[in-house]
Amino acid sequence: MTDERIRLVTMPKWGLSMTTGEITDWWVTEGEEVTEGADLADIDTDKIAGPLEAEGPGTLRRIVVGKGSRAPVGAVLAVQAPAEVPDSEIDTVVAEAQQRNAELAEAVESGAEDTGPAAQTVTVGRRALSYLSVGEAGSDGVATVLVHGYGGDKDSWLFLQPDLGSDRLVHALDLPGHGASSKDVGNGSVDELAGALLGFLDEVGAARAHLVGHSLGGAVAATAAVSAPERVASLTLLAPVGLGEAIDADYLRSFATASSKREVKPLLGRLLADPSAVTRSMVDDVVRFKRLDGVQAALQRLCEAMLDGDRQAVALPDSLAQLDVPVTVVWGAQDTIVPNPGDDVLHARLPRARIELLDGAGHMPHMEKAGSVLASLRG
Amino acid sequence: MARTITMREAINEALSQEMGRDERVIVMGEDNAGGAGSPGDADAWGGVLGVTKGLYHRYPGRVLDTPISESAFIGAAIGAATSGMRPVAELMFIDFMGVCFDQIFNQAAKFRYMFGGKAVTPATIRTMYGGGFRAAAQHSQSLYPIFTHIPGLKVVTPSTPYDAKGLLVTAIRDDDPVIFCEHKALYDITGDVPEDLYTIPLGEAEVVREGGDVTIVTLGRMVHTVLEAAEQLASAGVAADVIDLRTTSPLDEDTILESVEGTGRVVVVDEATPRCGIAADIASLVASKAFGSLQAPVELVTAPHTPVPFSDVLEDLYVPDAQRVVNAAKAVTSWSR
Repeated sequence: MTDERIRLVTMPKWGLSMTTGEITDWWVTEGEEVTEGADLADIDTDKIAGPLEAEGPGTLRRIVVGKGSRAPVGAVLAVQAPAEVPDSEIDTVVAEAQQRNAELAEAVESGAEDTGPAAQTVTVGRRALSYLSVGEAGSDGVATVLVHGYGGDKDSWLFLQPDLGSDRLVHALDLPGHGASSKDVGNGSVDELAGALLGFLDEVGAARAHLVGHSLGGAVAATAAVSAPERVASLTLLAPVGLGEAIDADYLRSFATASSKREVKPLLGRLLADPSAVTRSMVDDVVRFKRLDGVQAALQRLCEAMLDGDRQAVALPDSLAQLDVPVTVVWGAQDTIVPNPGDDVLHARLPRARIELLDGAGHMPHMEKAGSVLASLRG
Repeated sequence: MARTITMREAINEALSQEMGRDERVIVMGEDNAGGAGSPGDADAWGGVLGVTKGLYHRYPGRVLDTPISESAFIGAAIGAATSGMRPVAELMFIDFMGVCFDQIFNQAAKFRYMFGGKAVTPATIRTMYGGGFRAAAQHSQSLYPIFTHIPGLKVVTPSTPYDAKGLLVTAIRDDDPVIFCEHKALYDITGDVPEDLYTIPLGEAEVVREGGDVTIVTLGRMVHTVLEAAEQLASAGVAADVIDLRTTSPLDEDTILESVEGTGRVVVVDEATPRCGIAADIASLVASKAFGSLQAPVELVTAPHTPVPFSDVLEDLYVPDAQRVVNAAKAVTSWSR
């Protein structure tokens, strides 16, 4: 029977595909007093780095997984307990924890650990589109569809999709030219991508859907909504392209041509309010994507279609204002890639929209402030 | 869509997809199909360790079984390359390369240079290397330093299934002759590999682990030994940068030097013998271009300067293991004047 004064600090599960995390730094040393909510360590996950916070108070008695080591989700990273708990008792707990950690690691190694739902593929016209579905359809049968931005993919939603899918069916797709979908983007226009999105809704049997789009995906979702309003139950736009004129054209062009980690890493930093949250695996994933045959050409084509000189070429139609469904616009306050055009423009273009400004988020609010975006989607 | 496959499957897939994409790509070598005179069906070996299995039927007439004469078929591959094909020749064991050195060193490696850039030789030579298979002195060597020494050749030593596929695709599409060295012990390791075709540039090292206390430079199978050592070092409070060279020619000097500027302490780990080898080369690079950053002598962990022994006990001692890497890393991190 474990002493109830002993608190085990474990590896959290942040996002759908996370099976292990790496301790990149410990902020406390053994013997140090810890208060609830204090930053204990920095953890590097599949997509983004973040601090591990103490769930309660107690002296940090022992670090079980050291800086620079990787441990499976659920593994015991450290042991907290008041000073009066004897060392011998801590030793016993640590020994048990090490054995448990080894078993978990073995399960991850052998693939026995549940790594979440697998991606599926549908054919829309001449293209294969890859997507990931989480959750089950509610009584109204209306699915939620997540549409990523330029250079992103269905994994961009990994902090949102599992939670959102707890009470509804949520599809995240790879747009043409992205992820595991066909790399043919046609003329690269928003209309072309919106056509693919509507074709996707047909293929997954979604007569109507809540559309959630980020950046270029926001313009795609909005365009699909305008052209087939009967298919849309609501529209949520995260830092969408097509409402203002300003855009970081240098970012778009540099991202299209960047081919090494050295080039990609600083670019990804520009997406976030806190550039240090960019992880190795985030950079790795982007570089791996960029090296697939056909991706460079697809991104070039999309980039050309999005830009008119150094301004946005995409302008969402005025009829968007007449759209008779709930519309929400979310913008990171520190977004420098597609800067918020301001309340005047937003009210003029989307008079009925709910507008939310998230402090502490750059161009990726669904990664940087996933909880806030989730709350907003739950309405 | 990435899925988990073995390095053997990753190499097979790279060959198959490139053959499907470009009809100039052909595969040739000993037992690559079914052995001379056989239809290549049930008895198709697909090479001695089955790497080219299944290609014979998928691409009729483009998977050639050759006589056991390396000088003949490597010469043929190089000739085919100069006249427009993109051959991938499998030279079973790197140890046998000696019988066709003229074709490789004096012909393939020199054409572009001697013809003023007007000739290209897009030949890829795949070959197995490395110890640990109880295959004795003539089937266990790690001879890539010899090819690295020759200007005009590119030399690749993949350590993962992902790298193997991307680097082999790049090698096939490259206009220069590439020696693609596959460690026997790695064919069954698994990793995530995209189904689609992709490339990895030659001459780009991979930082497979970031630490900051010591730089460990390595390649091929030793990457896995070093990662095991790095895990042990982490528990002992030593955080290692681990650099996988991926290609020894071209060599990614920048990635090595950047790391060394941060750590000041270097270990180089190579399964090959030490004289005129990769380890000595990296040590020299670091000494001449990062001398100001160095805080300890460079440690080299290599095989001894002897043939690979046949005795199990001796072979196990011969191939560098994680403990030797840990010891070397501790020696350089604790070193002070």
